[in-house]
Amino acid sequence: MSTTTEEIGTEPDLLPGGWEMVIGLEVHAELATATKMFSPARNEFGGEPNTNIHPVCLGLPGTLPVVNRKAIELAIRIGLALNCTVQRSVFARKNYFYPDMPKDYQISQYDEPINVDGHLDLASGAVIGIERAHLEEDTGKSTHVGTSGRIHDAGYSLVDYNRAGVPLIEIVSRPDIRGPEQAKSYVEELRAIVVAIGASDGKMEEGSLRVDANVSVRPAGSDELRTRCEIKNVNSLRSLGRAITYEARRHVSLYEAGDAPRQETRHWDEEEGRTRPGRSKEEAEDYRYFADPDLVPVDPSPEWIEEIRAALPALPKDRRQALVSTGASLPAAAVAVARDLDRLALAAIEAGADPERVLTHVANNLAVEGAGELDPADFADLVKLETGGGLTATQAKQVLAEMVETGRDPATIAAERGFEAMDSGELEALLDGIIADHGDEWQRFVDGDDKTRKKMQGFFTGRVMQATKGQADGRMVNQLLNRKAGG
Amino acid sequence: MIGGRHMSGGTGVIEIAAGVRSGAVTAVSVVEEHLDRIAAGDGEIHAFNTVVRERALAAAAAVDRAVADGRDPGPLAGVPVAVKDNMCTRGIPTTCSSRILEGWRPPYDATVVERLEAAGAVIVGKTNLDEFAMGSSTENSAFGPTRNPVDTTRVPGGSSGGSAAAVAAGFTPLSFGSDTGGSIRQPAALCGVVGVKPTYGAVSRYGLVAFASSLDQIGPLSRTVAESALAYDVIAGHDPRDSTSIDRVLAPVTARLDDGVDGLRVGIIAELSSQDIEGFEPAVVERSHQAADALASAGAKVEEVSIHSTIAGLSAYYMIAPAEASSNLARYDGVRYGLRRAGPNTAAMMRATRTTGFGDEVKRRIMLGTYALSAGYYDAFYGKAQRVRTIMIREFDRVYEDFDVLLTPTSPCVAFPFGAKADPITMYYNDVCTIPCNLTGHPAMSIPFGTGADDLPVGVQIMAPMLGEEDMFRAAAVVERAAIGSEGADR
Repeated sequence: MSTTTEEIGTEPDLLPGGWEMVIGLEVHAELATATKMFSPARNEFGGEPNTNIHPVCLGLPGTLPVVNRKAIELAIRIGLALNCTVQRSVFARKNYFYPDMPKDYQISQYDEPINVDGHLDLASGAVIGIERAHLEEDTGKSTHVGTSGRIHDAGYSLVDYNRAGVPLIEIVSRPDIRGPEQAKSYVEELRAIVVAIGASDGKMEEGSLRVDANVSVRPAGSDELRTRCEIKNVNSLRSLGRAITYEARRHVSLYEAGDAPRQETRHWDEEEGRTRPGRSKEEAEDYRYFADPDLVPVDPSPEWIEEIRAALPALPKDRRQALVSTGASLPAAAVAVARDLDRLALAAIEAGADPERVLTHVANNLAVEGAGELDPADFADLVKLETGGGLTATQAKQVLAEMVETGRDPATIAAERGFEAMDSGELEALLDGIIADHGDEWQRFVDGDDKTRKKMQGFFTGRVMQATKGQADGRMVNQLLNRKAGG
Repeated sequence: MIGGRHMSGGTGVIEIAAGVRSGAVTAVSVVEEHLDRIAAGDGEIHAFNTVVRERALAAAAAVDRAVADGRDPGPLAGVPVAVKDNMCTRGIPTTCSSRILEGWRPPYDATVVERLEAAGAVIVGKTNLDEFAMGSSTENSAFGPTRNPVDTTRVPGGSSGGSAAAVAAGFTPLSFGSDTGGSIRQPAALCGVVGVKPTYGAVSRYGLVAFASSLDQIGPLSRTVAESALAYDVIAGHDPRDSTSIDRVLAPVTARLDDGVDGLRVGIIAELSSQDIEGFEPAVVERSHQAADALASAGAKVEEVSIHSTIAGLSAYYMIAPAEASSNLARYDGVRYGLRRAGPNTAAMMRATRTTGFGDEVKRRIMLGTYALSAGYYDAFYGKAQRVRTIMIREFDRVYEDFDVLLTPTSPCVAFPFGAKADPITMYYNDVCTIPCNLTGHPAMSIPFGTGADDLPVGVQIMAPMLGEEDMFRAAAVVERAAIGSEGADR
């Protein structure tokens, strides 16, 4: 997942003129607890089917749920990170029959959720309201064995309850999101936050982070809320953007044809690139919510909440800001934070390395395993060698790769590899020779317009690199060429 | 008198435990004797769904080995006990007297079962009940009714009819039931034994198959107050596996059992103790007044008190209990355990399974509860019932500022013949005296006090405030002594 630079405000050209999107997202994140929400069974992804189970999460007759204190703590962390009010909460039963739900009800929070009224600040400066972030338990997974993989014509179904009862937080945004890119930024930021505070591993591909989108449209500038559709089965950020755009356009076409969308749940079909209606209105569920009599209200003390607040690590927003204040650009800072390399970058910069070069390496050369263990002082030394002319950019990249691999210091690696930047006299002599051999090209460089000059500059740099096997410093070659042409 | 009497005395809990602990008798001989009585008599009574003869004898032998090794097996050493068939017993079928749990053997023991075995008790079998504890006669069992040992043409009450009958018939000196709206106290009254519903949260519900979670509570049935007091002390106490379990150390009720009632403030609830109430048998009401007189002569201050909300209790209960039941019983869908009836798809399979597996009364309550929780009806039904419950709790709490215990009949009538209350509303009305304490969470117990129509047993009910078990038991002990004195009976 890469961090996008998101546009501020509306995203033009996606909808016909005069319409804007109104999007609210429901993000489910599995909490990174050792055991399940109400059961002593392990909370672990993967594993043989039906091995991380216990009578309680199987809902066996006579079993009773007991709240996992760690899940409460993680939920409070999320609430605080999203600027929510943390309050007394009540678990309720959401009743409906489904084979992968062992009790045929889901324990969730309904009218008294643990976190309410927060907001999330995007890198663009946009602020997205958070309505609530409540706790609930996950369901199991069904596999339908038959011709199409659909439940309707399955020969039989297999159910794996390993996931049943895994703690989930459902984070419900207000309908403040105005386009697919902003929706993606919101999910990325949310993901970065839950990962940073250790509340979830945030892996969309493993299903530990899942997104449903409520989409509607309205005349641009109006503040009405029109009929929305809930889009499910969105399994990646890319799908999220596509699904939102498709659905919003569908609504606009309906309105422009004098029709209107129906409120319904729709499923994103990735292959066909369209949404399809899910459950019909006739089958609409009445969940018959009521307070779960097996559980008591959760009422965290103000002392506990403050203790959790005090222990919260720096949030992505603050970490980006820390880099920006050293002179880094916001997009570069965002990449560093997304890679969790911002602390390394900051330490290297504080040790005297050039911020721009540091962040360039982070963006281009450190998307590798083990980059986080790099010694900041060594990293700073490398950048200093490079900016001081002791290493070319290409050499620096090679040395850096070896530093990550071996943990050794840059000077030693450079010496072993014989990377000693040519001194300028040596380089100048070489360049003079090349110019002498290529008089026509040199003339075109001296007389040419900007475009030709640039092209010829590439020609001479290439020759120098060829002759030096890449050991020359490209910037120095450019400086020499310009000086010679000018002089 | 029509029908046979199968009442039996036998050695009591305290004598058995003392004998086994001292080595005077072996647990094996005690358990064997009781198993033989069951084998001889239960064909007619049908107190048991399952008898675990071999397992019980093995457990008894282990108790005897402990004694031989000089280890104390515990306060219930060698005592044969019967547990209602809605409490989970590892490896032993736990049916709730329903076809829907066909073939299911729990992989774990209920907390109460663990505590009983840790105290040296020997479980001999699982007792019959109204399906999922829904009923007041044990006629709703999928495996056929239990007969009242006092008069086998009559019901034993319910839903813990099997547990009450097991004690009344002398099959076991001690049994355990669950009480959601009177399901321990009413059969105790109808079978002439003691039955206790402890404070909600005093005894762990872990392993009790839920009927209505906010009302269910496990408690003992025995021939004497002292036996139930001892059993209560064994099973009560905090359990981290039950979130509604009270997290504090409870004083043993046996310690003050014989302290008497001098100065105890006793209230007779007017709304449930008048000869004028429709459906209340005069002799039953008369007995509760005599019990009050007995407490007064023992030094208690007895007064009549009005608790208006008790009248609304029945209606509130028949909204709340079915609502919770409709959710609690959803899991019996044929997917994971118990009965499964095939269907062309999952929904049809679930429908066929539940249609076949549940009896009429269970279906009736699931439908009532589903309706009470439905969108658009919630406020008028479930919401309103919860408000009634809150009012009732407040009113009882106010009354308990002036009283230590309250007194009523346990059941408006004595044991009735099979089929006499086929109309559900008539049957529901049976619970009018017992339901208030389930709604408030307060403890209550039934003590046999003489007889009523047709020479059948009558029970009086003593209620107490939250965790007021000490006062409740010592008042019960006084009432018990008065009952024995007035009858000169051997009970």
